[in-house]
Amino acid sequence: MKNIFKSAMVILSALLAFTSCNNSSKSGGKSGALAGNVAEKVYVAPGEHDEFYAFISGGFSGQLSVYGLPSGRLFKVIPVFSQDAEKAYGYNEETKPMLNTSHGFVPWDDSHHPDISQTNGVIDGRWVFINGNNTPRIAKIDLSTFETTEIIEVPNSAGNHSSSFVTENTEYVVAGTRFSIPIPQKDMPIKDYKGNFKGALSFISVDPEHGHMDIKFQVIMPGFDYDLAHPGRGASHGWFFFSTYNSEEASTLLEVNASQNDKDFIAAINWKKIEEYVNNGGGKMMPANYAHNVYDEDTHTATSTMKKEVLVVNPSDVPGAVYLLPTPKSPHGCDVDPSGEYIVGNGKLSANLTVHSFTKMLKAIEDNKVAGDAYGIPILNFEDVLAGVVEQPGLGPLHTEFDGKGNAYTTFFISSEVVKWKLGTWEVVDRQPCYYSVGHLMIPGGNSQKPWGKYVVAMNKITKDRYLPTGPEVTQSAQLYDISGEKMELLLDFPTVGEPHYAAGCPADLIKPRSKKLFKLEDNKHPYACKNEADTKVVREGDVVHVYMTTIRSHFSPDNIEGIKVGDKVYFHITNLEQDYDVPHGVSIIGANTSELLIMPGQTETFLWEPKQVGVWPFYCTDFCSALHQEMQGYVRVSSANASTPLKWSLGEDIE
Amino acid sequence: MKTFKPLVLLFVFAVVCYSCKNETKEVQTTTTEANAPKQKTGQAFIQDDEATPNCLQIAINSPDHKTLVAAVQAAQVENALVNVGPLTVFAPTDAAFAALPEGTVENLVKPENKETLANILKYHVTPGNLSTSILTKLKKLGQANNQYVQVEVVDGKPVIGGANIIASVKAGNGIVHVIDKVLLPPSKASN
Repeated sequence: MKNIFKSAMVILSALLAFTSCNNSSKSGGKSGALAGNVAEKVYVAPGEHDEFYAFISGGFSGQLSVYGLPSGRLFKVIPVFSQDAEKAYGYNEETKPMLNTSHGFVPWDDSHHPDISQTNGVIDGRWVFINGNNTPRIAKIDLSTFETTEIIEVPNSAGNHSSSFVTENTEYVVAGTRFSIPIPQKDMPIKDYKGNFKGALSFISVDPEHGHMDIKFQVIMPGFDYDLAHPGRGASHGWFFFSTYNSEEASTLLEVNASQNDKDFIAAINWKKIEEYVNNGGGKMMPANYAHNVYDEDTHTATSTMKKEVLVVNPSDVPGAVYLLPTPKSPHGCDVDPSGEYIVGNGKLSANLTVHSFTKMLKAIEDNKVAGDAYGIPILNFEDVLAGVVEQPGLGPLHTEFDGKGNAYTTFFISSEVVKWKLGTWEVVDRQPCYYSVGHLMIPGGNSQKPWGKYVVAMNKITKDRYLPTGPEVTQSAQLYDISGEKMELLLDFPTVGEPHYAAGCPADLIKPRSKKLFKLEDNKHPYACKNEADTKVVREGDVVHVYMTTIRSHFSPDNIEGIKVGDKVYFHITNLEQDYDVPHGVSIIGANTSELLIMPGQTETFLWEPKQVGVWPFYCTDFCSALHQEMQGYVRVSSANASTPLKWSLGEDIE
Repeated sequence: MKTFKPLVLLFVFAVVCYSCKNETKEVQTTTTEANAPKQKTGQAFIQDDEATPNCLQIAINSPDHKTLVAAVQAAQVENALVNVGPLTVFAPTDAAFAALPEGTVENLVKPENKETLANILKYHVTPGNLSTSILTKLKKLGQANNQYVQVEVVDGKPVIGGANIIASVKAGNGIVHVIDKVLLPPSKASN
């Protein structure tokens, strides 16, 4: 059979080659000598910097990784929702509160959609927000330190998927629930889903100066699944659009039961109207329980506060604030073009792309042309809001981004390709294969008023034979295409951390000048900081011992400690006295049931050690810091619980 | 005919890439392979003897689906049948193809009819892994060519656009239902 198949392919191939030779000049033949440029296009010489930052989410790794474009080089994995032993995130005492939730300490999540803060519809490079899907949370990463500095849990939500997208001036970061649930949660039969479960769309305000997040209000919507979302911009600023599926309100075998309606909806939310309503006392405060975790850069410490109520809004109480736009076949991506006029809904079971018009939507609303309602929310007529259809561009459309030059780029999961098409004429301009099964794609600024339309990054779920095999689990990948010309050109194919679910990017110059080099020691307000060696000490409070320790190349102070007993809880509070760029120190001690610390210059971090055995136990610097790194070590003498060894410490002399 | 434009473009592009590659063989060592996709690039052409056969492999290995396989190859939709899916593929037998008016198949596999053929083949694919028991609960299926096919239940068994399911084979990426009739898409302007 195989032979027949093979020979058929050969014949077919030969036939095709024969018929097409005189077309080659027309397409600009991208192979051969011209293709030699490809390497140059992604080559960033040693010591040179990349032109763009790309923040690629880690999906089920719960993290956010930082890459350079066009090189595809990985610079850092920023821990967000998952513990990271490398950086002590979620292991040291300072950052453990970051992972606190109403369900207790949750050391993992599924990070999906990073979005960079904007000012006037343009990416400003201050913060990047990202959602945790599983235990609904939104995190904020400060792009001066590249550290997660705030996480807010989202109550009344489950499978926080249509998140975390920012409005044009970062007034809000928006988090929509994927799964509808009972609101408030209660013990009830699953079969009573329909009509009883609800979906909460949360508008989280962002303080313009500090970026602090606070849930301003939640719109309590019908029990659909809310999949993705994007803000209006320009003329449509003030609106937010959410794709929905499972308008059937099924609660079992959704792969069949949620595919029954010809059309689901894109929900258009006039958040400005709702904001005005709640500012005038509208909405209802309901009891809730959710964590708000904030990392303070001065104390180098996070605090977790449980919040006890949230403001909810019933959309039918705010007439004119919410409309449903019929959109074919379980729309997934919900993307708004740079002008704010077009809302692209990618029905993942449809072969066509549906594009809605904001202007036509307003007109339909103005003319009161309503086709019906869902739980009191008006449904507009499909034809009244439709701007156009891209006919059969591929199979399994998922997501669209824009180049700012009138073109849109859509990924197709089933046919595994990126398709470029023109806004307004809806004609397909070009297509390029992805290897394989592409999900999201990202153009730096591609979901803002001002995209930098030079590259698109496609993020693939499946790689199969693309790299050296590594057992059953092989890497997922990102692929970089040059989109500066009429035709796209595949430049690079690079492996990623976890699932490269989605990404956000911007020119490096927006972030680079603000990147922090160290923390000033004089600004360190950590309660256990020790700013010079003379002040280092060991303090016993019952069976709790606090070690105030410092590091400088190449020793700890103190480096000999005696008088620790089996059963003590020993907190090592370590301040890195270095005030030099790129000189962190690390530390751990034998038997510590936690990760190392990795302490940046000027920073204080703490780990807990509970010695279980009598002896003299060494500790050492874990980050290769200097020429005398191997000398950077110390000992702790642990005596039995009832011993009377006095508590003493020293550096440079013997303990007598 | 507008509908077929993208497919034509893809066709032309693939062809061009293939031919250019031949013309410039001597400098290929410095190029990236991905930039000039070969004819046999994609998941359809990965050698894999361990995994459960996918929908395409099942068809290729079947003695009763020579025409279907030839059609899939002529339309170059192999890669659409091998992705992670899940897919439900309705696979007409050779006898079903033979029952079409004389000359139909010969005509469809001609290069100039590639798009029509691809459209017909995509009308045989549903996103989703649909067993016969699930099929009996559905009134219609949204097919990969963006048109619907009706499902009736006759004697407790699903009949898909008038075609009976003769056998069903679980695939690595979904399920293949062998059917006794070729499904022909309704003329446009539906949906």
